[in-house]
Amino acid sequence: MGAAFTPIPARPAPQRTTGALAWVRKNLFASIPNAIATLLLGAFLAWLAFHFIRWGIVHAVGKPDADLCQAARGTGACWGVIVEKGRFILMGRYPSAEHWRAVLAVLALLTPVIASCSPRCWKPWLALVWVAGIAAFFVLMLGGVFGLSRVPTDQWGGLPLTLMLTVLSMAMAFPIAVVVALGRRSTMPAIRSLCIVYIELIRGVPLISLLFMASFMFPLFLPVGKSPDVLVRVIVGITLFAAAYMAEIVRGGLQTVGKGQTEAADSIGLGYWQAQRKIVLPQALAAVVPGIMNNFISLLKDTSLVTIVSLYELTGALSLALGSDPNWRPFKIEAYFFIAAVYFAMCFSMSRYSLRLEKRLARGSHR
Amino acid sequence: MSELIPPRRAPAARRQGLSWRSKRVRGWAYQLAAVSAIAFLAWLLVSSTLANMRLRGIQSGFDFLLQPAGFDIGEPWFGYESVNPYWKAFAVGVMNTLRVAVIGIVFSTLLGTALGIGRFSRNVLVRGLCYCYVELFRNVPVLLQLLVWYLAFTEYLPAPTEPLRAAGLFFVSKNGLSFPSPHWVPGHGLAVAGFLAGIGAAALYLWFAKRRFEQTGQQLPALLGAVALLVATTALGLWAGGSPVEFELPAMSEIQVEGGGSWTPEFLTVLLGLSFYTSAFIAEVVRAGIASVPAGQHEASASLGLSRLRSMRLVVMPQALRLIIPPLTNQYLNLTKNSSLAVAVGYPDVVSIANTAINQSGRAVECIAIIMAVYLTTSLLTSALMNWLDRRSALKER
Repeated sequence: MGAAFTPIPARPAPQRTTGALAWVRKNLFASIPNAIATLLLGAFLAWLAFHFIRWGIVHAVGKPDADLCQAARGTGACWGVIVEKGRFILMGRYPSAEHWRAVLAVLALLTPVIASCSPRCWKPWLALVWVAGIAAFFVLMLGGVFGLSRVPTDQWGGLPLTLMLTVLSMAMAFPIAVVVALGRRSTMPAIRSLCIVYIELIRGVPLISLLFMASFMFPLFLPVGKSPDVLVRVIVGITLFAAAYMAEIVRGGLQTVGKGQTEAADSIGLGYWQAQRKIVLPQALAAVVPGIMNNFISLLKDTSLVTIVSLYELTGALSLALGSDPNWRPFKIEAYFFIAAVYFAMCFSMSRYSLRLEKRLARGSHR
Repeated sequence: MSELIPPRRAPAARRQGLSWRSKRVRGWAYQLAAVSAIAFLAWLLVSSTLANMRLRGIQSGFDFLLQPAGFDIGEPWFGYESVNPYWKAFAVGVMNTLRVAVIGIVFSTLLGTALGIGRFSRNVLVRGLCYCYVELFRNVPVLLQLLVWYLAFTEYLPAPTEPLRAAGLFFVSKNGLSFPSPHWVPGHGLAVAGFLAGIGAAALYLWFAKRRFEQTGQQLPALLGAVALLVATTALGLWAGGSPVEFELPAMSEIQVEGGGSWTPEFLTVLLGLSFYTSAFIAEVVRAGIASVPAGQHEASASLGLSRLRSMRLVVMPQALRLIIPPLTNQYLNLTKNSSLAVAVGYPDVVSIANTAINQSGRAVECIAIIMAVYLTTSLLTSALMNWLDRRSALKER
């Protein structure tokens, strides 16, 4: 007895798991290899940011002055090329006095697209909005009526052409895709094999070969003496291409509709087309909207290929704008970054929205 | 006495005649209509094509393939020259397409897998960088990316007279990349033989290790052993052949780099452009595959005492692969098809050769048919190969 009471030392307080310092420890310095990765990557990012800011902001020339740009070459970016040529890149050879028409036409074209993205608008009248939007686009772009001067299609270009090729091909591919997808699931062997051959044939070859076909071979296909506009031929080519890919997406949607649904439709006496139209397709199509939006995004990117068959959409208009002007030709990289940013803004925002939509549609089925 | 209800009469035999009410008959009618409509359309196309060709004096047929091509190709194979016939030019184009596709597939798979796994890193910088890469590269058209790479290679690299160099072995300039290429001497034959023997020995060893594991539960270092065997036999073969190590080194002449192996700027453009673009898509495929494996699987393997790496390799990846392989096949096919964009930067793939041939010979129908046949064949072969892989990784159910 008699030993003095000595308490055991208190345990250290637990490590903080909240707050900035804890976040840094958990996400940047969790282990030694992790810390090394952080330091190396941090140094690399800092180096990249330093050079980009120096080139793109500090030494950059913002004024549309070719001499200033020439002087800053190699050390700074010349954003002046976008101020000077941006309008030409976005609109192509469309007459500059009529640019307002192109802007209105694009808005008319985008209205049905935006409406289709929202489940609230999935009603029968949507088809009318599509027809009206596309008709308004052509009236405004082509002119020749209502006192608008006529602008032939070979002067169309830039962003309106890019969007038109995408939207119009998608709109025309959609009904084809639904029919082909139904045909591929049909029990009739001849119809099923025709649909399979179409889908696999188109999906097996690159788009560029279809575009070559559109520009070299379509004139030969038609009756002697008739050769449609190159724009029409290219649209037909892209539509056939898009329809094959979309048919596979729609088929995926059809597969999500349970067999019980068609059996129920049979048992209440609906015929094949009635059952498809009233029971199967409404469920299948709602399920594939995110997939179709992804298809839309890839088609939007793929329309850049038409520049190879000499249509001046966004990418082609850029080469046209800078190639014809020796003063500005050296500053192509800045212009490339500009249209890359345009494409990125369109595609990225759409892909984000399609992800959101997918989650929202899944909410109903995965409760 | 109660009256019996007379038995019902047997139902009348179903009419088997030709009636529009029979589903079978309607089916045949629809099919007949569809097939004849397609046949009529085909006949219309062929006949008007032939009429148009006669009218414009276009010759048809594949006989032009035997005539001399008359144009040079930047990246020839099997000693192609402009006096050689068209079919040889097309063969060169096919080889160039396959070369860029195969190297691109390997490169983009490695990069894409690394990026996809990087999305799960605990390090926020790694995670964020992988995310930004994927979003940046897959939301810009691949053609635009190719044009940017091409501009970068042809405008922003130093002139051929003063290339960038690394260790005196690699040179980069507007003429492309030069690197040491192995020089073939007979001694290498034994090294190759050793390598082949090594593959056999490694397969045998793996089989043995697996059997031993199944019988006794003892594990042998399988991968390490197999690689060691492979390296050892190759080294043995090289040593037996007199260990010749001969490389043809690139060297500076007065105006440019000469000798060694070299990749042209066009090839580098197509290779890097396609690989970087496709790897962003592959990263997404890999990420989705790994994310689909339930968290319980990670936890269960951790509770069995597997390390993070082994749980990834033995538990997560086999399950993720089942979901990864089908979309991965699509990405490989996309890369192969996108290699047709080489025509925009002048890399002589099969499409650019066909384009030149169309302009020179005027045989558009034939040349486009050749392009389509080449791509269809590669697509079908790749799908067949990947389907086989898919079946191997599928669930083995009773």
